[in-house]
Amino acid sequence: MSDAVRQQNQQLRTINQDYATKYGFRDPVDYFHKGARGISHEVVEMISRMKNEPRWMSDRRHEALDIFMAKPMPGWGNTELLNEIDFDNIYYFMKPIENQQTSWDDVPEYIRKTFDKLGIPEAEKSFLGGVSAQYESEVVYHSMKEDLKQQGVVFLDMDSGLREYEEIVKKNFGTVIPSTDNKFAALNTAVWSGGSFIYVPPGVDVKIPLQAYFRINAENMGQFERTLIIADKGSRVHYIEGCTAPVYSTDSLHSAVVELIAMEDAYIRYTTIQNWARNIYNLVTKRATAHKNATVEWVDGNLGSRLTMKYPCIQLVGEGAKGEILSVAFAGVDQHQDAGAKVIHAAPNTSSRITSKSISKDNGRASYRGLAKVHKKAVNSKISVECDALLIGEDARSDTYPTMEIDNEQVRVEHEARVSKVAEEQLFYLTSRGLTEDDARLLIVNGFMEPFTKELPLEYAVELNRLIELEMEGSIG
Amino acid sequence: MKNRKALFGFKDLKVEVEGKEVVKGVSLEIAPGEIHAIMGPNGSGKSSLSNALMGHPGYEITSGEAYLSGENLLDMEADERSRAGLFLAFQYPLAIPGVTVANFLRAALKSHRGPDADMTDFRRLLKAEMKSLSIDESFATRYLNDGFSGGEKKRVEILQMSVLNPQVALLDETDSGLDIDALKTVADGINRYHSENNGILLVTHYQRLLNYVKPDYVHVMIGGRLVKSGGPELALKLEESGYDWVAEEVGQKAGV
Ligand SMILES: Nc1ncnc2c1ncn2[C@@H]1O[C@H](COP(=O)(O)OP(=O)(O)OP(=O)(O)O)[C@@H](O)[C@H]1O
Ligand SMILES: [Mg+2]
Repeated sequence: MSDAVRQQNQQLRTINQDYATKYGFRDPVDYFHKGARGISHEVVEMISRMKNEPRWMSDRRHEALDIFMAKPMPGWGNTELLNEIDFDNIYYFMKPIENQQTSWDDVPEYIRKTFDKLGIPEAEKSFLGGVSAQYESEVVYHSMKEDLKQQGVVFLDMDSGLREYEEIVKKNFGTVIPSTDNKFAALNTAVWSGGSFIYVPPGVDVKIPLQAYFRINAENMGQFERTLIIADKGSRVHYIEGCTAPVYSTDSLHSAVVELIAMEDAYIRYTTIQNWARNIYNLVTKRATAHKNATVEWVDGNLGSRLTMKYPCIQLVGEGAKGEILSVAFAGVDQHQDAGAKVIHAAPNTSSRITSKSISKDNGRASYRGLAKVHKKAVNSKISVECDALLIGEDARSDTYPTMEIDNEQVRVEHEARVSKVAEEQLFYLTSRGLTEDDARLLIVNGFMEPFTKELPLEYAVELNRLIELEMEGSIG
Repeated sequence: MKNRKALFGFKDLKVEVEGKEVVKGVSLEIAPGEIHAIMGPNGSGKSSLSNALMGHPGYEITSGEAYLSGENLLDMEADERSRAGLFLAFQYPLAIPGVTVANFLRAALKSHRGPDADMTDFRRLLKAEMKSLSIDESFATRYLNDGFSGGEKKRVEILQMSVLNPQVALLDETDSGLDIDALKTVADGINRYHSENNGILLVTHYQRLLNYVKPDYVHVMIGGRLVKSGGPELALKLEESGYDWVAEEVGQKAGV
């Protein structure tokens, strides 16, 4: 048996080898603007000037930079890896082209080819209501279906959002995640560029998903997109984001901030599938505020990266608000996925559900870090937390750090945590029906992910299963 | 013993589980078209024998041989044995959460047919077989054995057999846990599958299944050995008198 395990480990060691060909290609680029490495007030000023921003935004950036410099690194998560980040070696701003395009034909060929390879224009044609494609720091392509425009739906890149809807941005930017929240939120606020700005007017139901795709191409690039989504009273929207990057020998940093605001009776679902190259630091702050009877759902899939630290959060501030966080993380060789969820119940009759699934393979490590907080006045609230970890191979590791802070007795809390291995008995059952051991293992892993996958639009479910297949694949000849 | 053209057989087979010998040298041959039944007390090694034949890594065959259609089974992994035409309906089928019956069976059938095979008939085939076994259509999209009742699991085992249509089916207590109507349905399913070209080895504790599925031979397993063989009448006698008399006859104590 140990022979079989050793052989299995050997096969699995070479996972995501395809990443290099499928997503890991690099474009040789003549950047319209490529700043210098490192961060300073001069860099911040340069970014703000190039964007021609109002003074208040520029002030916020400088203020945030001071906060970033003053704040220590988080003392939790993977501190060892965090301390390896060399902030002086990173490019904080790269502008690939001068102007954003609204037709794929006008996007420079090398960038269009990139997104072609990633299947974006195809996806836009078949099932999306709007598409935004970001390359390094800036959104290079943007479009939205005409009928949504007519209903008053705003879907822009954040820079254009700031230009065209300055009042809305000024009122909401940084209200859900202030710069003081954490070191990386501060960094993002200082150097943010790109991301999405969405506003859905009262009562409008955006039936088809809006999508953004973020692509890092350059080595040592820092991508700091900033997303703000506001769903006004009784409106509904589903936003999807996907991310990839090439494989380089030295690290790149992705540090986004995403703020969601769901007004009374509104519904927001935010779906992410991230498949980063193995040398990306993915340190993202995502938080939502749900007002009275609003619903927010984070559907969050994390593959790849060297270190991911991400804990989507929902603040249930209005009576009857609901939150759901559904996440999967896949940690392969030398990877650490430190992912989790936070829910804060600050009003009566609020409910939340957290489902976290992780797969660790080889020496990969997946941690669940969760916080459930219930304020005194949040009577009759319900919380359910379910953490499910699957280990593949002897060296795989999974840990759970759940924290519950409950200041109230009228609360129902359910918590379940399970760690399992791909059972030999299950493998035997499937192989006894003719499936090879690899196929059987893949089927079991896909089955494990199914509660997540079934929440995705079909195209994404298929893509995710394919990505998992690549991750699981034995040595490729 | 019998003809050389046996479809399936094993000889002097010994099986160890967790370092303990639980099958202690057994031989049997099944010719095309034959149905054999094995009966025996709890813990006598019936399931261990079935699991070992199917290639369960936890059941180590320490000596002996086993073959199917002239091929050496012991050189093959479980999946290869399946594709060579062997099937085992488990005594305790496992749940595979998240994997639907339909997806699983499609993958299994595809593995038998080959990667480029046309699978367009699959839906129809599955639907027809489910109907014959009175399995509700909703089961196609349920997760395999996840939350199934004991009887439902057994029915789905027979469904898998019908879809894969193996050369030889080993049925380990497929009758246990079935209500009276289900027993009839499952027996009908087994009879529909059975032909003059395939073989069945069924393990059972009771005569009642054998009323529907008529065995050509009945064997008694006690203490890891096949100690007695006979025709269908042997099953009747066992039902009436238990195993003690067999044990005495072979000069050995019953059970383990
Ligand atoms: N996986 C296992 N680990 C440890 N012991 C086992 C295992 N499988 C079988 N055994 C032992 O091997 C012996 C034979 O068991 P087996 O399941 O083959 O009996 P059986 O004839 O099928 O019994 P039953 O009629 O109750 O199904 C028993 O003593 C049992 O405890
Ligand atoms: Mg048994």
